[in-house]
Amino acid sequence: MATTAEGFDIHHDDHAHDHADHKPGFFARWFMSTNHKDIGTMYLIFAIIAGIVGGAISGIMRLELAEPGIQYLQWWAQFMGGGNDLNTALHMWNVFITAHGLIMVFFMVMPAMIGGFGNWFVPLMIGAPDMAFPRMNNVSFWLTVAGFFSLLFSLFVPGGSGPGAGTGWTVYAPLSTSGSVGPAVDFAIFSLHLSGAGSILGATNFITTIFNMRAPGMTLHKMPLFVWSVLVTAFLLLLALPVLAAAITMLLTDRNFGTTFFDPAGGGDPVLYQHLFWFFGHPEVYIMILPGFGMISQIVATFSRKPVFGYLGMAYAMVAIGVVGFIVWAHHMYTVGLDVNTKMYFTAATMVIAVPTGVKIFSWIATMWGGSLEFKSPMVWSLGFIFLFTVGGVTGVVLANGGIDDNLHDTYYVVAHFHYVLSMGAVFSMFAGFYYWFPKMSGRMHSELLSHIHFWTFFIGVNVIFFPQHFLGMQGMPRRYPDYPEAYTFWHEISTYGYYIMAGSMIFFFVNILYALAAGKKAEANPWGEGATTLEWTLPSPPPYHQFETLPVITDSMDYHDHRPATA
Amino acid sequence: MGQMHTRMKIATLAALAAFAALFAQVPAVAQDAAAQATAPDAGMIEAVSEAAATEGSYTPMAPTKGKGMPTDPRSDEPGAMAKSLTFQDQYTDNGIYALGMHDYILLPVITVISLFVLGLLLYVIVRFNRRANPVASKTTHNTMIEVVWTIVPVIILVVIAVPSITLLARQYETPPAEAVTIKATGYQWYWGYTYPDHGEIEVVSNMLPEDEAVRRGEPGQLAVDNRMVVPAGVPLRIQTTASDVIHAFAVPSLWFKMDAVPGRLNEKLLTIKEPGVYYGQCSELCGSRHAYMPIAIEALPPEEFAAWVKAQGGSMPGEEAEAAAPASEEAAPEQVALLTAR
Repeated sequence: MATTAEGFDIHHDDHAHDHADHKPGFFARWFMSTNHKDIGTMYLIFAIIAGIVGGAISGIMRLELAEPGIQYLQWWAQFMGGGNDLNTALHMWNVFITAHGLIMVFFMVMPAMIGGFGNWFVPLMIGAPDMAFPRMNNVSFWLTVAGFFSLLFSLFVPGGSGPGAGTGWTVYAPLSTSGSVGPAVDFAIFSLHLSGAGSILGATNFITTIFNMRAPGMTLHKMPLFVWSVLVTAFLLLLALPVLAAAITMLLTDRNFGTTFFDPAGGGDPVLYQHLFWFFGHPEVYIMILPGFGMISQIVATFSRKPVFGYLGMAYAMVAIGVVGFIVWAHHMYTVGLDVNTKMYFTAATMVIAVPTGVKIFSWIATMWGGSLEFKSPMVWSLGFIFLFTVGGVTGVVLANGGIDDNLHDTYYVVAHFHYVLSMGAVFSMFAGFYYWFPKMSGRMHSELLSHIHFWTFFIGVNVIFFPQHFLGMQGMPRRYPDYPEAYTFWHEISTYGYYIMAGSMIFFFVNILYALAAGKKAEANPWGEGATTLEWTLPSPPPYHQFETLPVITDSMDYHDHRPATA
Repeated sequence: MGQMHTRMKIATLAALAAFAALFAQVPAVAQDAAAQATAPDAGMIEAVSEAAATEGSYTPMAPTKGKGMPTDPRSDEPGAMAKSLTFQDQYTDNGIYALGMHDYILLPVITVISLFVLGLLLYVIVRFNRRANPVASKTTHNTMIEVVWTIVPVIILVVIAVPSITLLARQYETPPAEAVTIKATGYQWYWGYTYPDHGEIEVVSNMLPEDEAVRRGEPGQLAVDNRMVVPAGVPLRIQTTASDVIHAFAVPSLWFKMDAVPGRLNEKLLTIKEPGVYYGQCSELCGSRHAYMPIAIEALPPEEFAAWVKAQGGSMPGEEAEAAAPASEEAAPEQVALLTAR
């Protein structure tokens, strides 16, 4: 239970209301923003735009893969300003896989989860007026935007056999050094530098905010799990991204200044790059999913009208996943020629992660057990998440075995696995979070019918895309191939049909947003009923421009999650 | 509730066993059928053997449908659809072990876990929706069950880890001294195979154009002009390296994948159980023609392999005392120097 220090009703006081809702002019508000909610909104819009670009690229790829042979790549090569030969066409394929990966990871999932939902709801949930460093918050956002433009720019400058960087999102040396002449790869690397710097600044901002700006009485062990998830994510970002920055800086100097960090001719080692990259890259996959875990916890508790089951176990499971996530990186490199003991260690360590992940899955189910479930749009997306993330998780256990991975490494099985945990895990949790908080952010209710249609069509679509890819992978179909032997045609064709379903499903999402903004019912402060107990639901929808000018006080609580003022 | 779970578990296990049995039988049946269906393209073989007759007795082996290559679910091969859902049939002991581990441990475990979670979700949806259960309980924790769902996964993982570690140990067995050494070098975008024990034979292996592959009765995009020819049933010391960017030497039906990294020499033991043609593809992104540098291994009975070596102008290790001796002796120190320099 929470009460405010003095009169929580501050926003209805006319004088205070003016002050709380005083908004700067358009340019100052959106380009020099220091308001966590405005910056969060910009991050979300940015992520949606990047998602459209990244999703369109995957459409180009699925279309090309619908049948064997090269169908459309020559056209794309010419469209992007390259030559008409087969090599340029094939290079365009590599450019597409690279851009799709980088955009989805750095410019869609991360900005939406951390920049968007993190910015919007961490201050609201801990009862803070804003982020600790509001101006730095703005810098983080615009660095991310600059990074995105650097990446888009790279598509139009020479990158070896054609325009654009065709190195894969992993940017492995020596393909990314001596293997790709021209400035495209430099711009792609610079894009990672910019967005990485933005993320590091964002991470410090979140850590400072969460440690220093919690409302009186909001101890760490009373914090909502979404805040916990962002806290753990911020630490992962802070520890992992500098390693990526170092690795890609070494790539730049290898490319341009004659160093040989990754060139055996000068005593360097290409495998060193992979170790550095994956020391960042593995925590990165948890960076993409942990905030999703946090959102699912909030949503499942809300729509079960029950506090989260095993709150402490849930919080520390995320901490455990974060810690163990740093010591399993070489499972991405099982085939580079690791020592047998190294491979055994990484096999065992990787499987350990399944334990805290299992704790989370079972705790979500236990939260629903005995609850009073209401299947509003955020809840159906969460249920979809729990099942699909489990499927993606168990194929991860298969891949964790170094000896089994010898056959599956770099095949479509891996593609299926990480799309189940990301394209279905992370993305389902983002849609769940979006439908959960959209009324709060916009002040308008979306259509439940459209969100349910969106859910079911999307659920069917992504499963049709990615489930057959397990079969392709086990049969030996390598990833990052624009063309394939006849035998793989059938399942590729099915997979492409799935893309059409998924793409069609997105129409319902966009129509839903437009409908809600134009004609949606006004949202109450708490549209989700008594299960929604965190502090953001105590504020009007949308919240005032400045909130909690008088801090809410969290007094002793019956359970970990009930932060509502005593009067509510 | 507990009873219901037990029953559900038994039912899923039974379904799984049936499923696994289906998979276990399919390869055997399909292989028999395929063996009968292997009437090689007579005209093609004759033409090639005429050409080869002058050099020795080597004729490129016709591939067996469904062996060493992916299965097309649309083909009329019996059980083709079921075959296309799982791994290719395996032709090494380690591959058979790994496939068994996947089919009898990993696949059942992950299927049961996924169905178990799905079952629980469906149960709470039916039993605890707002209509069925209007008043939510206030339970927030239960130490006993939390301990259980931590310990049980640990036990399952230990059960998986034992064969997994065993498999790794088997895969890392050191090749015996008499193993046949073959060095595969990745280039943009083809493979080169050298045989240091056989008078430095060098084979350059490029992908065949689609129409040429079809003419020879081979799968398109997998067939090559010159295969990596090896003896069957004999330990092979496969070494991989690359000259430009990283490639990966991968053959799914042999459970074999090893990166070819510039400046490094990776080595692994491979023993192919029976003669045949086994196809694979480059499995590390290596530039624009990454998809067009396939691998084809032709495993021959040892005596035919010796004939092949002769036909290539090489020599078997025992005979190197003759003319080939000076050449190979020169080559060896050079290679060592090259490796130590890196």
